[in-house]
Amino acid sequence: MSNAHNAGFTGYLQRDLLLAYRRRGEAASPLIFFLLVATLVPLGVSPEAGRLEPLAPGIIWVMALLATLLSTEGLFASDYQDGSLEQMIIAPQLLAMPVLGKVTAHWLVTGLPLTLVSPIIGIMLSLPSDGFIPMMASLALGTGCLSLVGAVGAALTVSLRKGGLLLSLLVVPLYMPVIIFGSATVQAGIDGLNWFAPLAILGAMLATAVALCPLAIAGALRLVSSN
Amino acid sequence: MGSGRDWTWFHRLGSPRWFYETTGRWLPLLWAVTLALLVVGLVWGLLYAPQDAKQGNSFRIIYLHVPVSFLALAGYYIMAIAGAVGLIWKMKLSYMVMKSAAPLGAALTFLALFTGAVWGKPTWGTYWVWDARITSMLILLFLYLGVLALQYAFHSQDTGNKASAMLALVGTVNIPIIYKSVDWWYTLHQPATIKLTSAPSMHPDMFKPLLVMILAMYCFYALVLILNTRVEILQRERKTGWVRDLARQADTGPDNQ
Repeated sequence: MSNAHNAGFTGYLQRDLLLAYRRRGEAASPLIFFLLVATLVPLGVSPEAGRLEPLAPGIIWVMALLATLLSTEGLFASDYQDGSLEQMIIAPQLLAMPVLGKVTAHWLVTGLPLTLVSPIIGIMLSLPSDGFIPMMASLALGTGCLSLVGAVGAALTVSLRKGGLLLSLLVVPLYMPVIIFGSATVQAGIDGLNWFAPLAILGAMLATAVALCPLAIAGALRLVSSN
Repeated sequence: MGSGRDWTWFHRLGSPRWFYETTGRWLPLLWAVTLALLVVGLVWGLLYAPQDAKQGNSFRIIYLHVPVSFLALAGYYIMAIAGAVGLIWKMKLSYMVMKSAAPLGAALTFLALFTGAVWGKPTWGTYWVWDARITSMLILLFLYLGVLALQYAFHSQDTGNKASAMLALVGTVNIPIIYKSVDWWYTLHQPATIKLTSAPSMHPDMFKPLLVMILAMYCFYALVLILNTRVEILQRERKTGWVRDLARQADTGPDNQ
């Protein structure tokens, strides 16, 4: 039986990764968005390194949050439209497992690349060099949280035609702890403090989210698709 | 269906008609208690309580601000519990309570923020500071608005009910986390200029009217929640026989509420 659950997880993980690979342009857009907004900040604030430096941790985290949020909207949309979501729901496995597979694929396609390109943005916004490792570590854990929590909102709004704005209204308040501890990790690294403590809290949040969010997502998907 | 315990009272609770008729009998008493407590609390607090040594008369807004903030937070739990009862026992009535609690809670949260800002100007010298509690209240307002928006986003009322109940539950899990992280964030960034001037403990002469006002606000909340729910019941059950009878009676006889 547990093998069947694992198959639900790996099957949907592989399927979504394959789909993302076939639609590479779509998968790249959060990354491009991330870089694009990073270009706006010096234009809007100031190109001086001295003024960008103190803002960099917060701005990088806000942009990563928005980029993840934008990509979350489509997480279940195409599955809902073509009916494969219903197949997923009526399958005999625990619905939380394929859901977790899909969210993991989403993180591998958005959160992980965001983490990997974040040093470029760090350089662009003149982030102090001590902040790079904390930034990547906090983004890696934090974007996982963002994907999981965002998926709850995406599941609740999947049947709505204009769900995007509503999704951000539902999800952003729930994102606030992540951004607090994410940017605090980076700031602690820059200040030469122990950045492991806020990072550990981000890890605890991720662990909680991995345990609870798939259940909430599964409940929401069942509810929305049954009507 | 005799299997041990008697659960009929619980199932009766699920009947909107039973709720409508029972609360109809309570309403006059609740109105009287609420008005009495509000008048006593406001007159006592605003006129007879002693002035604050440092803040003068401006501290008197506490008699509105604190009770309203209490209920803004408690209201979220009332809404979420009502939603959970609806999801678990599929009770129509509890969704109606949940739907009525959402705008009420949002209004109270807004009022708490507003009275806080009005109080902040004379005491702190500014309408807005990013204080831990203020920030948590602002996030709470956004949580309420999300539940409200989701409620109205669906064509089917049933889906709207369940989806917003689920969101309210997710929010409930998150509220302690949000509260703790904002608290921690604030201690990290605490600005040095702002300190609460009031002493940590209040003089009993100031505290007693506050207690009355908190009680009054709880009654007021219950009253408004019941009134909202009654309207919601009439709206949703407008096609049932008993609501039609009620409407017919209201047309003919003036002795009906």
